[in-house]
Amino acid sequence: MPADRTAPAVMAPPGAFASFVRAFAENRAAVAGFFILALLVFVAIFANFLAPHSPVEQFRDFVRIPPMWQEGGNPAFPLGTDEVGRDMLSRLMFGARLSLFIGLAVVAASMVFGIVLGLVAAFFTGWPSILIMRAMDVILSVPSLLLAIVIVAVIGPSLTNTIVAITVVYLPNYVRLVRASALTEKSRDYVTAARVAGAGTFHIMFRTVLPNCMAPIIVQAALTISNAILEAAALGFLGLGAQPPSPEWGAMLASAREFLQSASWIVTEPGLAILITVIAINLVGDGLRDALDPKMRRS
Amino acid sequence: MNATVLEASHLARHYRVSRGAFAPTATVKGLADASFRLEAGRTLAIVGESGCGKSTLARLVAMIEPPTSGRLDIGGVDIGTADKSALRALRTDVQIVFQNPYGSLNPRQTILDALTEPLALNGRGGNAAARREAARAMLQRVGLRPEHADRYPHMFSGGQRQRIAIARALMLQPKILVLDEPVSALDLSVQAQVLNLLVDLQQSFGLAYLFISHSLSVVRHMADEVAVMYLGRIVEQAPRDALFDNPLHPYTQALLSATPVADPERPRERIRLTGELPSPFNPPAGCAFNPRCPLAFDRCRRERPELEIHGETLVACWAANEAMSGRTL
Amino acid sequence: MALLEIEDLTVEFRTASGLFRAVDGVSLSVDAGEILAIVGESGSGKSVAMLAVMGLLPWSAKVSARRLVFDGNDIAHLSARERRRIVGKDMAMIFQEPMSSLNPCFTVGFQIGETLKAHLGLSRSERRARSIELLAAVGIPDPERRLSAFPHQLSGGMSQRVMIAIAIACQPKLIIADEPTTALDVTIQAQILELLIALQRETGMGLVLITHDMGVVAETAQRVSVHYAGQKVEEQAVRDLFADPHHPYTAALLAALPERSTGRHLPSIPGVVPGQFDRPPACLFEPRCRFATARCRDKAPPRQGALAGFALCHYPLTHGRPIGHPNPAGREVAA
Repeated sequence: MPADRTAPAVMAPPGAFASFVRAFAENRAAVAGFFILALLVFVAIFANFLAPHSPVEQFRDFVRIPPMWQEGGNPAFPLGTDEVGRDMLSRLMFGARLSLFIGLAVVAASMVFGIVLGLVAAFFTGWPSILIMRAMDVILSVPSLLLAIVIVAVIGPSLTNTIVAITVVYLPNYVRLVRASALTEKSRDYVTAARVAGAGTFHIMFRTVLPNCMAPIIVQAALTISNAILEAAALGFLGLGAQPPSPEWGAMLASAREFLQSASWIVTEPGLAILITVIAINLVGDGLRDALDPKMRRS
Repeated sequence: MNATVLEASHLARHYRVSRGAFAPTATVKGLADASFRLEAGRTLAIVGESGCGKSTLARLVAMIEPPTSGRLDIGGVDIGTADKSALRALRTDVQIVFQNPYGSLNPRQTILDALTEPLALNGRGGNAAARREAARAMLQRVGLRPEHADRYPHMFSGGQRQRIAIARALMLQPKILVLDEPVSALDLSVQAQVLNLLVDLQQSFGLAYLFISHSLSVVRHMADEVAVMYLGRIVEQAPRDALFDNPLHPYTQALLSATPVADPERPRERIRLTGELPSPFNPPAGCAFNPRCPLAFDRCRRERPELEIHGETLVACWAANEAMSGRTL
Repeated sequence: MALLEIEDLTVEFRTASGLFRAVDGVSLSVDAGEILAIVGESGSGKSVAMLAVMGLLPWSAKVSARRLVFDGNDIAHLSARERRRIVGKDMAMIFQEPMSSLNPCFTVGFQIGETLKAHLGLSRSERRARSIELLAAVGIPDPERRLSAFPHQLSGGMSQRVMIAIAIACQPKLIIADEPTTALDVTIQAQILELLIALQRETGMGLVLITHDMGVVAETAQRVSVHYAGQKVEEQAVRDLFADPHHPYTAALLAALPERSTGRHLPSIPGVVPGQFDRPPACLFEPRCRFATARCRDKAPPRQGALAGFALCHYPLTHGRPIGHPNPAGREVAA
């Protein structure tokens, strides 16, 4: 029995998850972003219970009340009310739910389609690859917001269609990323070993190669959420996204822009909400990239 | 005489290589011509420097790539004419162990999954529990602890990973194991452990090894028969002792004398090879070795020598032919 | 006087899970005109020690040494940058991967010229003349034409020759070659080793050859220093080392060479080199040593004298038998 009896052979270096947590925790900005994001998610999920008022209820007697710390503020409406007397805080809370939902839905959809198309492009190097990659080139050659506007204009403005449009816009990023990392992994020995062991193409694509490509995909996903939120806000601002009275942040900005001089909080508050969310998600995304992608990690 | 488990005749593999946007694609003969037989329980070593085609040969034998021409018989079945299901069965008879133990294991797969996967893919080894049991037994067989089965490859050292790679290759109970530089990436003390393991496994399972290596001292230890390759062709093939004691091809002689030996007392007389390997895009006319050969004469530059038998040795060299016929006359 | 003297060199790396000691109290000296081989497996710290001397380690490394003298200059207390300025000209290094040691964006001539300009301040035409001379000296055919070649147009052997040309460009007093032939084919390896030895003989410089290949050691070195897990465990003249190794690790390593074996089974060393998390408390080789006793587990081994090859061992071997060992046959260590 050739067992190495004298040596306790394998020691336990820190596990993959533990070292990931350690690397992530080293980045203070990412940790701060993570806590802000966690708070936002919490608020979005429990908006029903946390919001002091309904987001659509119009308090006709309290139109354009400033935030409570300003002169003329009312403690019942901590962040003031908008032009038709709806509570800003409640609208922002429900808006967080919408924005985060759009972000996650776009990322989930473009990730799933991107992974499938990217893997197909990497493994079927004939016409499927050419077809997919050229289609992606076409999408990339149109400015992203313009493309989103065109798609929404064709299929009609609504929340779902916003998600569809932004998904299409972000698809090429995923397809290219997945294809590139799948091509790298595909040439490694363990893939060949799986093939010698009898694995078919689909097994190799989804069971062998895909798990090893996930790190950059996750990072890309984290960074896409914030962009998707921005694009959705932009579409909302242009009146092509979520339709009033839904408290989508971009739509809130748009409907209040005439009050920029007289009641600036109605405009600045949704703007700040977008800013903080996007920054928090980007910080977390950067932290994820540093922790997951050893090539980017400083030595 | 042991049973022949693999027979290759005139195997060749050509690659089409694009040489820039405006140049026409060139054909590179990764493997120009190789014929050999492999017997159960024995080791054929393939020796040569980088670019000689030994890894291409390994990939052809392991059926990772199809040969461009030539015939490969595994267990008496020609893989060129075998139907799909026969081919699938044949594939399990040949397994491969790669050089780099850090690249040959899936980093996101536990050792247990890596070992049971070949069984599951081929519908062998009974139910999942039985497969896991077989995997644990195999881990123990290669000198690892069965309780390590749930760990990931990154928790093991290079030598241990190579044991795992060997264990995985053996799960399908192959008849032939292709070992592509299995110990080149390992430290000396670990190299000895893995070589011992390979010797043990060969004896207990009656495996045929195709042992690819650039290290002559490892080959001398492991091989029963040795084939020396140069630029896609076998230039000399002989039983181990014949090859090491009486090399006939000038390239084999140069290779032997260039290999450093761990003995400071050994007299050092080198056959100096000048120059480098010729480009595979543009192999020299005649014998591929002639530009570097100290014995080359006119005929070597015009005609390519074929393998001819001299005693136990097959050698492709005009000079050797002449020397040998001179001796017999 | 020795060209390079290292006393008690320790290198520690700050890692996510604490300090990792890569080099542990290593003392070495190299004379002018000498070839010293540093042998060890991966993790023996053989390259790290020399990189530390050159001042080429990343910021996460903590280097300390009692004495570090090169060519009469005390360099122990200089910053890595100052050290490079002093030693950069007189000490040169050759690396394992010739293909990645050359910058793919620049021609061979430019890269040799860069060194000449930085250290010697030669003019353009002088640089060109000297570059051609250097390429000829390292055996590159048609050196004038090769000056304008890019690294990807060169084979591995040719690239390593160019690296050697860059290393000897300023006529250094010491060359450190870190596994210079490991990435090369056997016939090319022989050429490169011959070239290095010939250059060393001609110029009388010192040569430190870091390698794991016992064959290369036997054929090129004069003196050998054997390293294990960051420590120097033995140092001897090359013939004596191969004839009568004094440290059990050296003995086991030599016995594990396929060309020295007689039977079908190689006498292998069980286990693996200890890492950051399983460092033995006393003798680092104790878990794998067939002569280890309770004393080896409890007490750090002493440094033996020159007669016993400076072995770091409680029971140094003479002709395969441990001196002063309670049970000279040793324990059975299955491999």
